[in-house]
Amino acid sequence: MLRAVGASPCEVRRPADLDGLDGIVLPGGESTTMGKLLRIFDLLAPLQDLVASGLPTYGTCAGMILLAAEVVDGRHDQELLGGLDITVRRNAFGSQVHSFEEDLTVTGVGDIHGVFIRAPWVERAGPSVDVLASVGEHPVAVQQGHLLATSFHPELTGSPAMHRYFVDTVMGDRGGQQ
Amino acid sequence: MWGMNTTGTPLVKRGMAEQLKGGVIMDVVNAEQARVAEDAGAVAVMALERVPADIRRDGGVARMSDLDLIDGIKAEVTIPVMAKARIGHFVEAQILQAIGVDYIDESEVLTPADYAHHIEKSAFTVPFVCGASNLGEALRRISEGAAMIRSKGEAGTGDVSQATTHIRTILSEIRRLTTMDSAELFEAAKELRAPIDLVRETASLGRLPVVLFVAGGVATPADAAMMMQLGADGVFIGSGIFKSGDPAARARACVEATAYYEDAERIAKVSRGLGEAMVGISVDSLGAGDLLAQRGW
Repeated sequence: MLRAVGASPCEVRRPADLDGLDGIVLPGGESTTMGKLLRIFDLLAPLQDLVASGLPTYGTCAGMILLAAEVVDGRHDQELLGGLDITVRRNAFGSQVHSFEEDLTVTGVGDIHGVFIRAPWVERAGPSVDVLASVGEHPVAVQQGHLLATSFHPELTGSPAMHRYFVDTVMGDRGGQQ
Repeated sequence: MWGMNTTGTPLVKRGMAEQLKGGVIMDVVNAEQARVAEDAGAVAVMALERVPADIRRDGGVARMSDLDLIDGIKAEVTIPVMAKARIGHFVEAQILQAIGVDYIDESEVLTPADYAHHIEKSAFTVPFVCGASNLGEALRRISEGAAMIRSKGEAGTGDVSQATTHIRTILSEIRRLTTMDSAELFEAAKELRAPIDLVRETASLGRLPVVLFVAGGVATPADAAMMMQLGADGVFIGSGIFKSGDPAARARACVEATAYYEDAERIAKVSRGLGEAMVGISVDSLGAGDLLAQRGW
């Protein structure tokens, strides 16, 4: 997906893999699991520092939860990176039987097909957060400067539009290595 | 509600399994074990009344789990909760969907309810995972609507040899498909007893069109990492964790070995101090009638 929009992605598994990145994508998954594993695998603190220091970051689904300042309906000890001034509700649309697909218009990106899987929504967005798309009255795509987050999974649809927006607009001329 | 959205599509069902890749799904029999599993970093839990080792020991008919038990586990954790229905028992599946489990395993570990038909899984909103011991079986399950496949092992034995055979078989049959021309694919579809469209799709992808986990007999971090190196997308661990000496430590170690499956030093480190592994039963010592992996058609 990132390769399709001209970036050179690599996998981050160890703290050393974080060196020299121009941007990072936090993928979907189970946010509880991801938070725990980031801590166990010594990635939590270095990532927190990078996000806070301005590294362009795009979080999808669980990645959105990790970037949130606050989570409702999560574990009381859920590990977060923070950075985005939003409150996120986990599994807001319901459990897996309520997971769904829907067409959306994302400001700055255009029409895209959103796949929502046990997805969160944004319950509260701070004054410096731009809402790029909503489902009903609930924001599902937001941006705050170098931080981009979506409730849905653009990687499942085969359309690189969100990733292109991240690389071209959010990362801007910092491009190149991911 | 929220607009004209559609639920239960193949993309939504398969996409859910995509979120579990690289992870460990653990069998649990109560809320306490579910908490241990979640704390150790499991990506999902399978809610059961008895782990396969006990089903094997107790004998009798094994059915869908008690619903209150599943509810208790759902209330305890935020990760997805899966539950098993008997092969062909579509009403057990309807019930599990009605109480809101996140995934149904149509499982040979339970006593089959139908010796000819599997559940028509595409009719459900909830996604299904099914076992397979070869590519034909995997593709038949996918054509019935399974959104995730797990290769079968001999559940409840702690003997990983059957899991090895089945994941190797599936992956080697896929590799063979990728070398065939279009005429040969028709012949392969006949041999595999699978729809030609799925055979073509698998050949062109070079992998199953859904996520492929391994299950059955995985008992140590080394077992888990071996399954990943063989090409699995993730592992199910059943009796292996909660039938061992120190479940919390073993669960954590298996999660780490699955995530860093190519890092032998790291796997060595997490393999220390885990206490006793489950005792296990060698598959060789089982009679043909005791083999669970032969269930499913």
